Amino acid sequence: MSVGFQELAAAPPPMTSRLEGELLEISMGPQHPSTHGVFRMNVALEGEIVRKLKPVFGYLHRNHEKIGENTSYLGSMPYTDRLDYFCSMTNNWAYALSVEKLAGIEVPERAEYLRVILAELTRLQNHASLLGFLLSDMGAWGTPLMYAFREREKILDLFESLSGSRMMCDFMRFGGCRVDASEEWLGRARKIAEAFPKFLDEFEQLILSNEIVIMRTQHVGKLSAELAINAGITGPMLRASGVNYDIRKVDGYGIYPRFKFRVPLGDHGDCYDRLMMRSLEMRESLAILKQAFAEIPAGPITNPKVKIRAFKPPVGEAYGRIEGPKGELGFYLISDGSASPYRYRVRPPSFINLTILEDLCLGHTVADVMVILGSIDIVMGEVDR
Amino acid sequence: MESLEEIKARAEAVVPDAKIEIVLNPGPANQPSLLLEALSALRVARFLHDDPALRLDFCSNATGVDWLDRKVKTTRKVKKLVEGEEKEVDETTEESVPGYLEAVYHLYSMSHKHGPVIIRSRTVNRADDVHLPSLTPVWRSAEMQEREIFDLYGIHFDGHPDLRRILMWDEFVDHPMRKDYVEPDDYEYEPTPHDEVLERAKEHYPARPELEQLTPRE
Repeated sequence: MSVGFQELAAAPPPMTSRLEGELLEISMGPQHPSTHGVFRMNVALEGEIVRKLKPVFGYLHRNHEKIGENTSYLGSMPYTDRLDYFCSMTNNWAYALSVEKLAGIEVPERAEYLRVILAELTRLQNHASLLGFLLSDMGAWGTPLMYAFREREKILDLFESLSGSRMMCDFMRFGGCRVDASEEWLGRARKIAEAFPKFLDEFEQLILSNEIVIMRTQHVGKLSAELAINAGITGPMLRASGVNYDIRKVDGYGIYPRFKFRVPLGDHGDCYDRLMMRSLEMRESLAILKQAFAEIPAGPITNPKVKIRAFKPPVGEAYGRIEGPKGELGFYLISDGSASPYRYRVRPPSFINLTILEDLCLGHTVADVMVILGSIDIVMGEVDR
Repeated sequence: MESLEEIKARAEAVVPDAKIEIVLNPGPANQPSLLLEALSALRVARFLHDDPALRLDFCSNATGVDWLDRKVKTTRKVKKLVEGEEKEVDETTEESVPGYLEAVYHLYSMSHKHGPVIIRSRTVNRADDVHLPSLTPVWRSAEMQEREIFDLYGIHFDGHPDLRRILMWDEFVDHPMRKDYVEPDDYEYEPTPHDEVLERAKEHYPARPELEQLTPRE
């Protein structure tokens, strides 16, 4: 189906209607369910084919960075939850990691394990709900999303019982975590992780081998490895184009070098690869979780040397980054020795992954734009900041 | 990966008119950076991207920093005649350093898996000469981020394909991330204003006598 459209795009047929030779400019969004928030695209169409696409940002802009520069270091921690509100745990970790780099703080063993467990649980629920949303965008309205949300809900329950909040966890602290996980909690988490492959098997069988899904996603929105690298694409989207770059492996931050896991790679860089990538990454996350549950040691969860109040890191700057579920999430901090950062910068993965949206959509139909946008995996809280 | 000094020496050999300075980073993060001149920044960036040993093909983060005009106090020990005796006296001189806007890029290599190499370039001042070369021709990932710097800091990137505001609306005039940004006085009507809102209400509606009867809450 989509191959036919590509050929159409390469050589559009002569038109006989009154709109001959004219482009129709329409505004997709901001209030459209498949734009994943308030995001707008100015699209110029020739019939059904996209000839031009300009994304419009800023509907959710609240100058997160300015607010971060006017509060204390710790004061920004709960606010990072609101960046990518699906993955507050990884946002916390990225920020804590940068501040730990800036101030040279060590993290105790048990806290590192807890961080890995929570980050991988976050990846599971993010990828699961992304698959649900993407299928919703493609017209499988409701049912797959509810299947995915059923699994996500279990993980959010875990987050709630640990941190007191389902989505706005505010869990990490500089040099550790806020509260310790009980044995009972770890047992529950292990059970949920053990039951997860069943959902994945079912989901893959039902959805990912579905003929309509394959028709809608294969050969749609192809991204070459060269363009992906040059445009700074990160995360599952980059690896779907076949570039082996996972910051968990490259930087080996935290205690990731201790775990055995594979980095799934795509072949074609189309929407189907991006979709499959999420499914495969969930399986690797489960492998990491299994090892982490088996190895987690007892011990303190915070570094007692770190001052919580009146925390003032030494003068200097640091850039810390982690492999978030959506890509490279980085924080760039400049300290002037005072209690609030001189510069607080968030490097949001989904914002930079949108750089090549136009390149991916050109020559495809309007309906494919939804699929391509859905496969990028954006959250506007992070894009607009 | 080679040290920053080696990268600097090699870049200066390839781009002869480039003047590169190493900016030290005193903190524990140990992330020093290369300060590039605006004139040669693009050519040095291309060298960093193309050089087979470096291959910094991935520009992860591009951002702006605003440095205000500041006064630097330097204290030196000076020998002086005090009451007929020669003594060492501290003499403090104050020097004002003009402010500038800075663009910072964090570069990594996806093919060699090393990094970061941090490069930065500075504008002449903060007011009228705020031009820097755009590095988007080398790294496409800077496209949106340079637009964001232009929007929030007001650095003009020469050679950028599409330099428009990105987060603020097109009609907006100021640059909100600058350190001396003052938010506009957008007063919203309130039926029972108090405290500082009352003060502003009086400014905005001088012809409302009933406001005079309202007193600030204790």
